Amino acid sequence: MKRYLPLFVLLALVVLVQLVTSWTHTTYYLTQLTMSAYYSLVIIGLCLLMGYAGQISLGHAGFFAIGGYLSATLTTHNLVTYQDHTLIVLLKKSGCLVAGQDLYGGQLLVVQPWVACLVAVGVTVLIAFLIGGPVLKLKGHYLAMATLGFGTIVYRVVLANRLFGEADGISSVPPFPLLPGVAVSGGFGARVSNYYIAWGLVLIFMILLINLINSRVGRALRAIHGSEEAANAMGVNTAGYKLKIFMLSAGVAALAGVFLTHYNGGIGPSEAGVMKSVRYVAIVAVGGMASIWGALSMGVVLNFLSLRGVFGSYDDAVFGVILIVIMLFAPEGLLRLKLFTRLKKLRGGGQ
Amino acid sequence: MSFELFIQYVFAGLTYGIIYAIVAIGFNIIYNTTGIINFAQGEFVMLGGMIAISLQKMMPLPLAIALAVAITMVVGALIEIVFIRWLDRPSVLRLIIITIGISILSREVALHIWGESVRALPYFVGNEISAISILGARVSPQVLWVMGVCTVMVILLSLFFRYTLTGQKMQACSANRKAAILCGINARNMVTLSFMLSAGIGALAGCVMSPITYTSYDGGPDLAIKGFTVAIMGGLGNSMAAVTAGLMLGLIEAFSISLMPMAYKDAIAIAILLLILFIRPHGLFGRKDAAGLKEF
Repeated sequence: MKRYLPLFVLLALVVLVQLVTSWTHTTYYLTQLTMSAYYSLVIIGLCLLMGYAGQISLGHAGFFAIGGYLSATLTTHNLVTYQDHTLIVLLKKSGCLVAGQDLYGGQLLVVQPWVACLVAVGVTVLIAFLIGGPVLKLKGHYLAMATLGFGTIVYRVVLANRLFGEADGISSVPPFPLLPGVAVSGGFGARVSNYYIAWGLVLIFMILLINLINSRVGRALRAIHGSEEAANAMGVNTAGYKLKIFMLSAGVAALAGVFLTHYNGGIGPSEAGVMKSVRYVAIVAVGGMASIWGALSMGVVLNFLSLRGVFGSYDDAVFGVILIVIMLFAPEGLLRLKLFTRLKKLRGGGQ
Repeated sequence: MSFELFIQYVFAGLTYGIIYAIVAIGFNIIYNTTGIINFAQGEFVMLGGMIAISLQKMMPLPLAIALAVAITMVVGALIEIVFIRWLDRPSVLRLIIITIGISILSREVALHIWGESVRALPYFVGNEISAISILGARVSPQVLWVMGVCTVMVILLSLFFRYTLTGQKMQACSANRKAAILCGINARNMVTLSFMLSAGIGALAGCVMSPITYTSYDGGPDLAIKGFTVAIMGGLGNSMAAVTAGLMLGLIEAFSISLMPMAYKDAIAIAILLLILFIRPHGLFGRKDAAGLKEF
């Protein structure tokens, strides 16, 4: 039970923040908090991969973008011109497509958001599976460069493809109706409900990941991080675990991408940029690599500050400085500075 | 494809190829002495170009370039002294993240000094429309400058490593650091020197290529990925193989434009990188057992 205690604290905090912002009429903060929640989802997924399995990924913005872009394309690309095609007719009959009208009253036939979401996440996990096999055999610099290369390819493809809106990205993505009456959308009235959707998703994944970390899988992952050879010798299927965690963390990133795209009503190529991937890595590092609570808290705080525009034109520079300073002086993360462990020891000694 | 067009592509490929080779050699010099892949390698090229562009308004071009190379070398040394020298047995992950941080910082500093605009040095000889006819292809004299300067650089470097005492000391550090220290070589200074050297050749390449490829604050990462691809293709640490690999990549890219949209040019280089990493991580010319002894 003890391991769930922080979750209740988090839940209480989430509700408290919402109530306070409602009382003080500052609900505009909720918008950035919702977006931060989705980014934090990517970050806790990456934390699992980097901190627990010990595999760096400089391509997570790529997975995020694949999820977001696929969902956006499927739910906005008009299929009316192909509507007599057998495949389209079949899809329409099975309820995978929704008909509607565009701004000018023209016919619109697009993929249903639920279906689009499943396809987006499914395809991302499949891509992670396909590239994960060879990529995860690499170590150190090679792994970093290979994932960086993957991220760059996604960025280039998105930027060069008419289907993905080239440099403009995709806009006017429809809301994502989760349940009747509840939809992921950026509408003014849906601010509070979306805040809870986002944080609900984060809570669900925190429960999942905490259980995963404290299970046989989690112990295997830590063994891999400690020494891959030793873990292998102890009978841990290192390649299999690494691949599964890679796919899981790619899937989480894609899901976050899908939700944030529907929330923002669009997605642009900057979401796939290398700087985004680096930023995710930076936040995981600040949080202390192998600490999902550290990753989550730093993810929310730093993303919130960045989205509020606190760093101004120094936004990227701030993350660069954070990376260097943390790695130079506190490679175990901010919360595990020697100062803190010393304090802990002092307290422990007194008892 | 006509013969003239073919030659034209060949020249374009060789020009870019030799630049990639220089970046790859920069990677190799640092990797050999430290085992670090310096993710900020592309930024040295950018800094060299940018500093020379600013300086040449005040002084003649050759002096501006020499000074820009010297300044970039100092920057390279400072980076090593401030960020890397004092770390106690850092893990590879830590070093990767630190050099990525350095690359972001240099880029942001460049952005705030020089702004977002794309700049270029003037042509060394003639101007943008002057051309020499070679085998029916029309080639800018600057292309010959790039090839000439880079080739001389490669030759001088290999002579430096083979025949000078300092070069041999650096080689000793890369072969066996502990043994080198026991022989009285100051390995730490060799590391600083390797950062200076690779900053210097990067900066010089950045200067000669600036008139044709232009210089902008965010040009570093793309060059770094290409340079790394080339370094891996040739086998990490093997500078002479990097030249061959660089020319190969340059030619592949140049001819890919005739088959595929320009926008995919960079994706092709990266796809090659991934392929090589998957199939032959020890490089096209490297030996597998030799690569197994190295730490990545």
